[in-house]
This record gives sequence, C-alpha cells and structure tokens, in this order.
Amino acid sequence: MNVLKIATAGSVDDGKSTLIGRLLYDTKSLTDDKLAAIEEKSKQRGFDYLDFSLATDGLVAEREQGITIDVAHIYFSTRKKSFIIADTPGHIEYTRNMVTGASTAQASIVLIDARNGVVEQTYRHFFINNLLRIKEVVIAINKMDLVDFSEEKYNSIKGEIEYLASKSEYKNQQLTFIPMSALQGDNVVQKSNKMDWYGGETLLQHLEKLDAEDIHEFSQVRFPVQTVIRPKTKEYHDFRGYAGKIYGGDFAIGDKIVVLPSQTKSVIKSIHFFNEAFARAKNGSSVTITLEDNVNVSRGDMLVKINEEPTITKQLDATICWMDKEPLKALQKYYIKHGVNDAQAKITQVSSILKTDFSGKIENPSELALNQIGDVQLMLSKPLLIDGYHQNKSNGAFILINPKTNNTVGVGFIR
Amino acid sequence: MNQKTIQVEALESEAIYIFREVVAQFEKPVLLFSGGKDSITLVRLAQKAFFPAKIPFPLLHIDTGHNFPETIEFRDRLVKELGVDLIVRDVQDNINSGRVKEETGRYASRNMLQTETLLDAIEEFSFDACVGGARRDEEKARAKERIFSVRDDFGQWDEKNQRPEVFDMLNGRIDLGQNVRVFPISNWTELDVWSYIKKEDIEIPSIYFAHKRKTFLRDGFIWSADDAIVYRDKEEAVLERMVRFRTVGDMSCTAAVLSNAVDIAKVVEEIRDSSISERGARIDDKRSEAAMEKRKQQGYF
Ligand SMILES: Nc1nc2c(ncn2[C@@H]2O[C@H](COP(=O)(O)OP(=O)(O)O)[C@@H](O)[C@H]2O)c(=O)[nH]1
Repeated sequence: MNVLKIATAGSVDDGKSTLIGRLLYDTKSLTDDKLAAIEEKSKQRGFDYLDFSLATDGLVAEREQGITIDVAHIYFSTRKKSFIIADTPGHIEYTRNMVTGASTAQASIVLIDARNGVVEQTYRHFFINNLLRIKEVVIAINKMDLVDFSEEKYNSIKGEIEYLASKSEYKNQQLTFIPMSALQGDNVVQKSNKMDWYGGETLLQHLEKLDAEDIHEFSQVRFPVQTVIRPKTKEYHDFRGYAGKIYGGDFAIGDKIVVLPSQTKSVIKSIHFFNEAFARAKNGSSVTITLEDNVNVSRGDMLVKINEEPTITKQLDATICWMDKEPLKALQKYYIKHGVNDAQAKITQVSSILKTDFSGKIENPSELALNQIGDVQLMLSKPLLIDGYHQNKSNGAFILINPKTNNTVGVGFIR
Repeated sequence: MNQKTIQVEALESEAIYIFREVVAQFEKPVLLFSGGKDSITLVRLAQKAFFPAKIPFPLLHIDTGHNFPETIEFRDRLVKELGVDLIVRDVQDNINSGRVKEETGRYASRNMLQTETLLDAIEEFSFDACVGGARRDEEKARAKERIFSVRDDFGQWDEKNQRPEVFDMLNGRIDLGQNVRVFPISNWTELDVWSYIKKEDIEIPSIYFAHKRKTFLRDGFIWSADDAIVYRDKEEAVLERMVRFRTVGDMSCTAAVLSNAVDIAKVVEEIRDSSISERGARIDDKRSEAAMEKRKQQGYF
C-alpha cells in the first residue's frame, strides 16, 4: 500500500476532469459498469466522444451546474503504485478547497490550456503549491491538439512558469513540464507520436517514478501525544503508553527525550505496535511509546529528542488562508487547533494580504476575506509547541475554528 | 525483545490516528458494526489503536432482520473474543410499532428503514460520534465525504457546507444534539481492504468465499433465493450456483457474484482482476444516479 497523493488544479474547462478520466481509462481503472454509465451519458448528451469528466463529478448540485464544486478523491493503481487524486476545483471562490486538497498531497498537477497559456488562475495555483511547499509539481500543458502540437507554444508557456518560479520563495520545488492532449490521450499514459520534439516522460511514467519517501521532507522528530493508554488489566497493570503518530523522523528505544511543555527528561523504554514490540519506529507510524520514568504526560504534550526542541510560544506569526464568508479581523477570537493540541487565539494584527499573482502585498488591510491569503499575528491562551512550516509541515500548520459555528474557518502556516 | 523497525503503512497509520482522535475528542463514540468486511476491518484497526487496552467504545448493530445467518453467528463470536459491548437495535421494532413502513414489491429492501433505527439509537444513547466503514471509492457521492462529517439533529448531511479538512487535523467540535460520522478507512479501496484482511489473517464470515447457493437471476444480477426475505416472481427460476458476496448488507438488496474464490488469497486475486465495481452489485444504488446522495442527506450512513 504505497500510496501517492496528488492534488490537481486548473481553471474551468482546462480539461482536468477529462485528464483524470483519461488516466483512469488508460490504466483500465474504470470498471465495466462505470464505463457503461459514461458511454450512456455521453450518448444521451449527444457527444461523439466519451466524456470522461462524468467519471469524477459527484454531487447532484454540480451535475446540475455542470461544474466541480468540492474536493473529490479518486483512486487508481497500476502495477507499480497506488494513487489518490484530490480533484480540486479551479474557480476563484474555491481556493479553500484547493488548499484542502493540496494539504495532504505529495505531488500536484497544474493544468494549463495550451491555447490560453498562463492565466490569472495559473498564478494562484502556482502560488498555493508554493505556500504549501509541494515538492513535485507537474505542469500539464493540455489541449496540445488544438495548437497543432506546437513546440513553440509549449516553450513559451514553460518560460512563463519558470519566470514565476524564479520569484517564489520555495526553491526546492521540482517542476516537470508535460505537453499533452487529455482528450486524445497523448502523453497521459501513452507516449504521443505527434510531438517528437518532446523527449520526456508521459504523465503516468513520471508519477510512477515519484517515490513518496523522496518527496517527504525529513526534519526533527515530533511525537504529539493523542491519548494515554492505561489498560488497568492484571496482565498490563502498570502499563502506561503514549499513543500518537511520529512526524519528521524516527524514534528508537534508548533515545533521550524531553516531554514538553513540562521539560521533563526521560528515555524511550519501549515502542509498541499492536501486540508486538519494536526497537525502532519510522516517520509516519502510529505507535504507542513507554518511558523509563514515571512522568506525567497527557494529550497535547509532545515528546522530542533532547536538543531538538521546538519553539514554545504564546505568539504566532503566520500566513493564513481564510476559508469563511465572515472575514477574519483584528481582535476576533477563535479556537486554534495545532496538531492534536487546542487553545484559544486572538488575532492581534492583520499585517498584509498576499497577492497570489506574485505581485506583492497589500499592507495593513482591515480584514482577510474568504479565499484571501495574508500574514497575521495571533496571541494564544496557552503556549503551543511549534515549528515553522518550512521546518516541519505537520508541526508548522494549524486551523482556526469559529467558536460560534464550530466551523473550520482558516488554515495557518507558521512563519 | 525484537530488534525490528516498524514502518506502519500509511493507510493503516492514518486509520489508527483517526480512532485515537475519536476517543480523545468525543464523550460517547460508537462503532457501527454490520458484520461486513469493512466493519470487521475497522474493529481490527480499533484494536490496534488501543492495544493493550480494550476497544474503549461499544459496537452498534442496526439489524435489518435480513441478515445472512452466517453474519450474526460471526458477530456474536467476535464480540465475545474482544470483550466489548454489543448493542443491537432492530428495524423490525419500528415496523411493528408502525413508525416506518415496510417496502413491498420486487425491489423491496430495508436499507432505507435502517436510517430511522440508527437515528433512534443515536438519540437513545446520546452517541456523539459514530464510526463507520464507508470508503470514498465506493460511490461518487461518497468521494466527497469528509473523515469527520457533521450531522444535525435529523441526521442530515449538508454536502455543500462541509468543513475543510487540512493536513491531518480533525475538527470534532459540535453543538448539543449534533453528532459526527467518522470514516477511518475513507482512503482505502476495496482492494486495500481485502489485501489487509489477507495480510492480517482476519477472519470474515463464510459468505465472502465461494460456496454453493440456491439463487435466481434478475436484471443481470444473482440473488439469493431465500423466499422469506427476497421477493421473487414465480417465473424466476432457482438454480444452484457457485457464488460469493462482495458486501453482506441487507440480503434483499445484496447480489452475489459467480466465483470460485474459496479462500482469501483467491478473493484478493479475483478483486484485482475484477471489472465490476462493488456497488454495482447493490440494487438500491441503481434506482437513480442520485440515489446515494439523497439517502445521505436524509441521514443514511
Ligand atoms: N481538444 C481538446 N479538448 C479537450 C482536451 N481536454 C479537455 N477537452 C475539452 O475541454 C472541455 C472541458 O473539459 P473538462 O475536463 O470538463 O474541464 P474541467 O472543467 O477542467 O474539468 C471539454 O469539452 C473537453 O472535452 C484536450 O486535450 N483536447
């Protein structure tokens, strides 16, 4: 179960649904009954080709409007790998869904209609990929069949994107440019014979090659405790295990650790996964850990290695993507959820709105509206154990919750 | 003590993480247990999440009364082994009291009626989180379901107003009267579930494996010829066939597939090569394309 999570983004009609449908079709992932449904619907609507976008559009509302409005997850696998595609919509008003889809992705595909080239939406998608620090980004230059498979066109779009990349903050991003026709299947799964000038891989070849391990950025180890396990049975009378998921690196028996925020030092005594004990556990594993000393640990505490402590603070500087109709304003209060830890947060300042076309900032705005991204300062009701998002993705992100509606209204990236 | 390193598979690790969040964030969680392979997989994941402690919440079975007998036997044995509480609520009770009306005719099924019984049970026990085995690959409308999905007092799902789920942070804050449906194996595919059952050597009810059964054909599907439960026209001839089931829901709306897969290895192989999606064998989804979404808005799992 080696799964690669991929986010997709494109403006309306760039061919995102068609591309995903094509991937499913050419990898034989569409089952007979689904394929039959697509054939029937395509015929009903009077198309003379298969409308693959029918494979992904899920909700009644969007079928009525004929657009994709929320994040849908699509699953397929080849002999080499399993994939989950988060299909995120391209409309301006749905930036929040794009951020949502991309937050768990290890790679991302940005679609461009070769006829239109780089448009305003492309900037935004590119910006979000940067903000989220997605390491592998595929620039899918689609509808090449409508521009006579022109190498010139491809090069000019590539040039524009490379120029954008030169302005972005995150320099480790790998860009891969693939010219394709999703409709006709060129360079999606099958290599195109109409673009001899392109020597690179097809989209699928490229995706299959990406190794989830590679894409992950390692950092200092963080073990936020989700819950304490105390069986209180005869056999495990004194067992006191800390259950959680390991982020950023490995933990091994004998590691000298600090429990935060209490600053108590101890040593890892055992690592359990179900009914077995292990000497070492790797990044991403949900395990249960016991310590040599009888220390007081509860949910929200964190185990880290000695000399690798995160920052402990009641002030946050963060870039926030706002996801709610009611704008974010200074002095407002929210719940903050940072990993498995909760606190209250007060917005002390909205310093700027970032322009997603890389053209700079608007300083000192009065608020951050739905789908805007900006730099914000927050004050917390209790200290949190944080890293910068660039140092540790999981420990550098948080969400804000509106205390009146309980809705998740924003996502923050700690600077 | 062994010197091994553990790298927990991403999907398994995610599911365990979700179970632990459920227990930490809610007062009265419950695991919805149908006796099917997905809920059996959930039980194993819950065991792993809390071992060496017992699973810290009860199982709830909404009994349609249309179960395959094999499923019930299996359920009772499993619960005993785990030492957890099992709550059973019967759809039949609501039919008897006249609160819901039994469907009649060719496509009669109790699938819709389950909703009412489930909502009653949620109210009776004040459950605030119901963990279920739905997967996003099952059906198009499910593809957009969140891992924590908030339902109102009427069990309704508001698909246009879902909470964004970013990274692995799960927002379980709710008002009184609301509850959350939780889907720890959201990101698993059918094949993932079967491969896991094989790898973990998990026992599942025998109807998942190929066996001889009296069946009849309708609309291109194979139905169990159990006259007490499944409606059958006189012209619909009964024949013994070698079949297995891919889901074990309500017998009256669960079709069988022809199969020679008598053990788990063969089932995994068959699923890998198979070309009919799992819900293709569920008649009530075929009623209309928007069927699933409508049922979900009304509180169906
Ligand atoms: N000629 C051509 N048309 C395409 C291609 N990809 C998509 N289309 C068409 O562009 C339109 C929009 O595609 P769709 O996949 O629905 O776009 P989405 O809004 O990005 O999901 C449809 O009419 C597609 O058939 C392509 O590679 N070549």
